[in-house]
Amino acid sequence: MRIARFAAVAVSAAVVVALAACSSPAGTPKAGASPSLTGDPYHATLRMTIWSSNQAHLDLLNGIAADYKKIHPGVSVKFDSIVDNYTPTLTTQIAGGAGPDLAWITTTDAPDFLSSNALVPLTQLLKSTKGYNFGDLSKVDSSVYSKGGELYAYPFSNSPFAIYANEDLLAKAGQPNPSQLIASGQWTWDELIKEAAAVHASTGKAGATFQNFNYQDWTQLEDFWDAYGAQPWSSDGTKAMFSSKPMVQAFTAYAKGLASGAFPQPGTTGDFFAGDAAFTVTQISRASLLDGSFKWDIVPLPKGPAGQYSTLGQAGVGVLSSSKHTAAAAQFLAFMTDPTNSLKLAAYFPPPRASQLTAAVLKANNPKLSAQQLQDVVVDTAKHAESPKTVHTNFAEIQQTVRSALDPIWQPGANVENVLKQVDASLQPLLEKK
Amino acid sequence: MSIRLSRQVRVDVSGYLFVLPQLLGLVVFVIAPLVLVVMYSFQDFNVLSGQADFAGAANYQRLLNDPNLPSVLGATAVFSCFLVVFNVVLGLIVAVLLNQRFAGTTVFRVLFFSPVVVSTVAWTLVWGFLLQDNGGVNGLLQSIGIHGPNWLRSPIMAIVAVTAVQLLKGVGLNMVLFLSALQGVPRDFHEAASLDGAGPVRRLVSITLPLVSPTTLLVAILSLISAMQSFALVSVLTQGGPGRSTTVLVYYLYQQAFQSHDFGYGSALALLLFAIVLALSLLQWQLRKKWVTYDA
Repeated sequence: MRIARFAAVAVSAAVVVALAACSSPAGTPKAGASPSLTGDPYHATLRMTIWSSNQAHLDLLNGIAADYKKIHPGVSVKFDSIVDNYTPTLTTQIAGGAGPDLAWITTTDAPDFLSSNALVPLTQLLKSTKGYNFGDLSKVDSSVYSKGGELYAYPFSNSPFAIYANEDLLAKAGQPNPSQLIASGQWTWDELIKEAAAVHASTGKAGATFQNFNYQDWTQLEDFWDAYGAQPWSSDGTKAMFSSKPMVQAFTAYAKGLASGAFPQPGTTGDFFAGDAAFTVTQISRASLLDGSFKWDIVPLPKGPAGQYSTLGQAGVGVLSSSKHTAAAAQFLAFMTDPTNSLKLAAYFPPPRASQLTAAVLKANNPKLSAQQLQDVVVDTAKHAESPKTVHTNFAEIQQTVRSALDPIWQPGANVENVLKQVDASLQPLLEKK
Repeated sequence: MSIRLSRQVRVDVSGYLFVLPQLLGLVVFVIAPLVLVVMYSFQDFNVLSGQADFAGAANYQRLLNDPNLPSVLGATAVFSCFLVVFNVVLGLIVAVLLNQRFAGTTVFRVLFFSPVVVSTVAWTLVWGFLLQDNGGVNGLLQSIGIHGPNWLRSPIMAIVAVTAVQLLKGVGLNMVLFLSALQGVPRDFHEAASLDGAGPVRRLVSITLPLVSPTTLLVAILSLISAMQSFALVSVLTQGGPGRSTTVLVYYLYQQAFQSHDFGYGSALALLLFAIVLALSLLQWQLRKKWVTYDA
């Protein structure tokens, strides 16, 4: 009798769960058609997630929100800093029906957000906003935030990657400065690797480091393999290309650099900004970490076998289609990124507007960099730099799979070509996944 | 009009009211999430679009075909086995040593217990620095002429390092549990055995171990559950690498659900983890009849 009662309860519970599993969560849009703007555009309390907790950034954003409230008293905006695990936290909030109205979107997440119709299209609204000057945005590559000619997130930060050099360490190792090598046309990755190895051999400090690479976030090496004309997968995203000839060349060069001490060993640290490395590949915003304890320079990335190239480090801001106030959020986004406020944002984030991407604008907010450095490294570079190629739908799984498959390549004496073939074998099924 | 309730009904109602807060907590934080996880495991759930389609048993079929799962289960098994065995053995050894009367016993007890109250993330971050190739552990080894390994970058040493860091964090609690059990062993038994000519080892094996066996079972079950839930440690120290050598099931579940946005498969993995922990705990509980010789 007890067993029969238990079985009846278990079967009922299973039926309830199965029926519930057949239903979609309430209040969330269906994938398919692009979401439209909803709600009262001038009465809402909005929340926007950002990955910065920098007080100066928050003060700037709160100031823009306060200006907007003066014009539209019915709209309040709260900025929510999520410093660690930004994307998992954001997606968990969305899954729980408590997503924000606006959010900063990384380039690596953009394809998933776009393919899921998780963002509201912006082009029509921005073009029709008085005084917005939408055409001013076209000089910077925003392809990663666009689909079918439609912009889904405004690329508010566009900072090309560059090389910081510690000239004191180079002098101790008897090596020429990058500016001298640029003048003589010898600024190449081969030369940088030689110099980095020489610094490590004579000072014990690290040679060259890549921002946040740490032998885990392999996408940070994109600036390196771009110089060899390599790409991780085909342009249409369907074919893994880690074992292509240019990529094998790039990783072979890296492995040689690793063996010579030019790059720090896995599991070791070399903080450029603490004076512990000769070179680092990063963006201009890191200049704030320089405390004047050593002589430094910032220069464009060196040439490789594929010639000159440049990759943009970008960040976008979009309106989430799961928001109940998409109309109000989109209106605020248009205000926050109009020419006046874009100039304010330029204090910390190189703007996408051609008219504002000038050395004079950037110099006002980057006192540690000279106008010439900003012209060479940001202005001249950003206009022809490309969005990163390490973007794909389902990127998180791709990221983990490639990281795991690449690990053997960092071991001494690794067979580079074989490891990269294994990477392709692991990656290809993920690229084919619908 | 007032309603008069009988004394029995009032007693019943007050009883239910007392358990109500706990019951609500259980429903909201345990039962409801569990039901939701079961529900999600039958769905193909795109978090970003909010699209949730019924997927039948597809997520469970994927468990059988996932090429990463064997290595993940292998890493989980190695990690859990080492942790359970060393937690029991080391916890007992430390407790036996610190159960003696000598100067400074209390200081040593505090030293061994202090990692238990330290935040797991802070503990792991510090060990992350110490275990770097040019970190404190290798610096110490270097000073005595030993070239230490690259702890967190070699697949074998990484699982050793992760296990050791978790062991040092939790062994203090097990030591306290064993100490408590050891102090409950009647002294008369030892005195009688000594009069019969039993040495220290014989007394440990024949008297102490059987009498603390309920605690040994408790420590084994707690260590197993803690090993199966070691997420922060792996996340901060190795992020599952190198390769997948330290990707234990709970971390793989996180990767699938929260990094790859695949809540459906993540939920199926969560239920697999739940089933494994439940099965092993039940097995240990059944085995107590064989090796727990004294049940208080």
